[in-house]
Amino acid sequence: MSTSTHAPAGVRETTEGTVYDVTGGDWDELAAHAAKSDDERIIVNMGPQHPSTHGVLRLILEIDGETVTEARAGIGYLHTGIEKNLEFRTWTQGTTFVTRMDYLTPFFNEAAYCLGVERLLGIEDQVPERANVIRVLLMELNRISSHLVAIATGGMELGATTVMIFGFRDRELVLDLYELITGLRMNHAFIRPGGLAQDIPPGAVDALREFIKKMRKNLPEYDALCTGSPVFKARLKDIGYLDLAGCMALGATGPILRSAGLPHDLRKAQPYCGYETYDFEVPTVDTCDSYGRFLLRLEEMRQSLRIIEQCVDRLEPGPVMVADKKIAWPAQLALGPDGLGNSLDHIKNIMGTSMEALIHHFKLVTEGFRVPPGEAYTAVESPKGELGVHVVSDGGTRPYRVHFRDPSFTNLQSMAAMCEGGQVADVIVAVASIDPVMGGVDR
Amino acid sequence: MSAANGSGANGNGANGSGVNGSGPHGGRESGVPARQGDRGEVIDVRRGMFGARNGGDTSGYGGLVRTVRMPGASARPYGGWFDEVADELEGALEEQGIVPENAIERTVVDRGELTFHIVREHLPVVARTLRDDPALRFELCTGVSGVHYPQDKGRELHAVYHLRSITHNRLIRLEVSAPDADPHVPSIVDVYPTNDWHERETYDFFGLVFDGHPALTRIIMPDDWQGFPQRKDYPLGGIPVEYKGAQIPAPDQRRSYS
Repeated sequence: MSTSTHAPAGVRETTEGTVYDVTGGDWDELAAHAAKSDDERIIVNMGPQHPSTHGVLRLILEIDGETVTEARAGIGYLHTGIEKNLEFRTWTQGTTFVTRMDYLTPFFNEAAYCLGVERLLGIEDQVPERANVIRVLLMELNRISSHLVAIATGGMELGATTVMIFGFRDRELVLDLYELITGLRMNHAFIRPGGLAQDIPPGAVDALREFIKKMRKNLPEYDALCTGSPVFKARLKDIGYLDLAGCMALGATGPILRSAGLPHDLRKAQPYCGYETYDFEVPTVDTCDSYGRFLLRLEEMRQSLRIIEQCVDRLEPGPVMVADKKIAWPAQLALGPDGLGNSLDHIKNIMGTSMEALIHHFKLVTEGFRVPPGEAYTAVESPKGELGVHVVSDGGTRPYRVHFRDPSFTNLQSMAAMCEGGQVADVIVAVASIDPVMGGVDR
Repeated sequence: MSAANGSGANGNGANGSGVNGSGPHGGRESGVPARQGDRGEVIDVRRGMFGARNGGDTSGYGGLVRTVRMPGASARPYGGWFDEVADELEGALEEQGIVPENAIERTVVDRGELTFHIVREHLPVVARTLRDDPALRFELCTGVSGVHYPQDKGRELHAVYHLRSITHNRLIRLEVSAPDADPHVPSIVDVYPTNDWHERETYDFFGLVFDGHPALTRIIMPDDWQGFPQRKDYPLGGIPVEYKGAQIPAPDQRRSYS
């Protein structure tokens, strides 16, 4: 346990013992100020249990009538200590943890983490082409499902339940594909350091083509429902305003930054997994508001469909894991009667015929592989912005430190700038346009 | 089994001595050729294996010694645009009356990434220069990540910043260290307001105090939490679990490879 004593702000010694101020810091000042002023100004806690706060986000609003004069976000309710836990598992087991961070973008978490591990190992160039194509394919599917949730829940919070029904209907199509390809609807741990856990199953390509066709038909429905709707526009236009200077200062990335007109997208700026070879556009608008972010998400889904189509066309047979047997998991996974597991052929081989293979399997599974000391920072363009991973190795079989720069965490800081001076009802619209996922914010 | 308790004899041999003599065993056994990876900053020396400390060592693994070396300072040229950024930064610091060698401890190029190790007093100036100089223009700070090296005496706590230049499409890393006894690093919130929450998070998890931060309070952990959970001396916790009749220890109590 640490011996350093830096007491958090707001500590009082009383006869009953130490009393900690639950809000702390600059809140004392704010509360004292509010207590002095007239009765019209009140501080309202919105959340942590509130349907429109995307999980357990606590919004602390000082309101004067219907106007929000100060807004702060209280986070941490979904902290699960994933970064700490990673330091006690092997590098491969890490994917199982990181996929649970922002649970709406599991493939981005896995890909960013694995790219970091691969850079530390120095095997970035050895990842097979097919693995990269499938990574891109899964990430773009994931972009669609994440944006669909953003639009669906955003619509629901406005009272547009049809948008919600449509969004979750289409997301279900994506989740069916995940289930077909990885076996799971979320928490996949499918992208592994060095490649993928396994190849995509037969029938996946047909299902993907069918999906593209269906989504091409369904996407215009959002346009028909929302884009031109006067009610929808009245609620979203000029709400959650954050201009380019604000975005840059607050480090906002993703649709928020692009809604301020800057076409910054890591897929174009710092391509990874071969994004430079795909044909797609980075849409921007210059409205700086929630409506612009809605339009961007719709357009990005169309662009993602284009990329998915190109991925399907260039899927060539080949390996999906690096050739280096010191890194690649030795067991080909296979579907058994009790679910996915080590293939029976492999078990038969290591248990019956090759003792060296058994030793190798045992060592790699229990000990894992060693990663040379050093640090790396890899970033991917997640649906919410720059998802960066800082990985540090001390040359051991476990990560020494993994830090996720989750875009939701950073973007959520801009909530105050977007909401102060607006109406209480618009706070919900602004937060929905940030699209924070508390699993990623709190990790 | 004769080598079972041979303390260190094997270890020194396996470890070799660095050409730069920076290892703890440097200077001894000069006949052993230097191995690759013997250069760099020594942050720790690990002994034994599996974390076993008590009981007789019947395996011989207790004699293992592993020196942990992080990539060390690089010599010029750094390659690519790295030299340009380093030149510009040094020039801009000189213009402000700062001797670059006093502000930049060392420059590390590793795995295609450029890292400046900055003396902590100079961090705000360096950050402002990196942001404002048109030739540098690192507009986007992606926050701060803490790392705890408890065995690296005097430099236990590290704050790592990644700065991205959208204008020039570049990414660099700044690294600042502070001793455990004096865990203070200047805040750069007034240069990069985005670091507000990030610095609070690093304070929350590592106990690094960012001087000048407007309201440095815990952000993720509850306000009355004791200790800083991401530090290496903070236990992970957990309870043993029974699985198929066997007791499985908590994750931080399991055997590990040092």
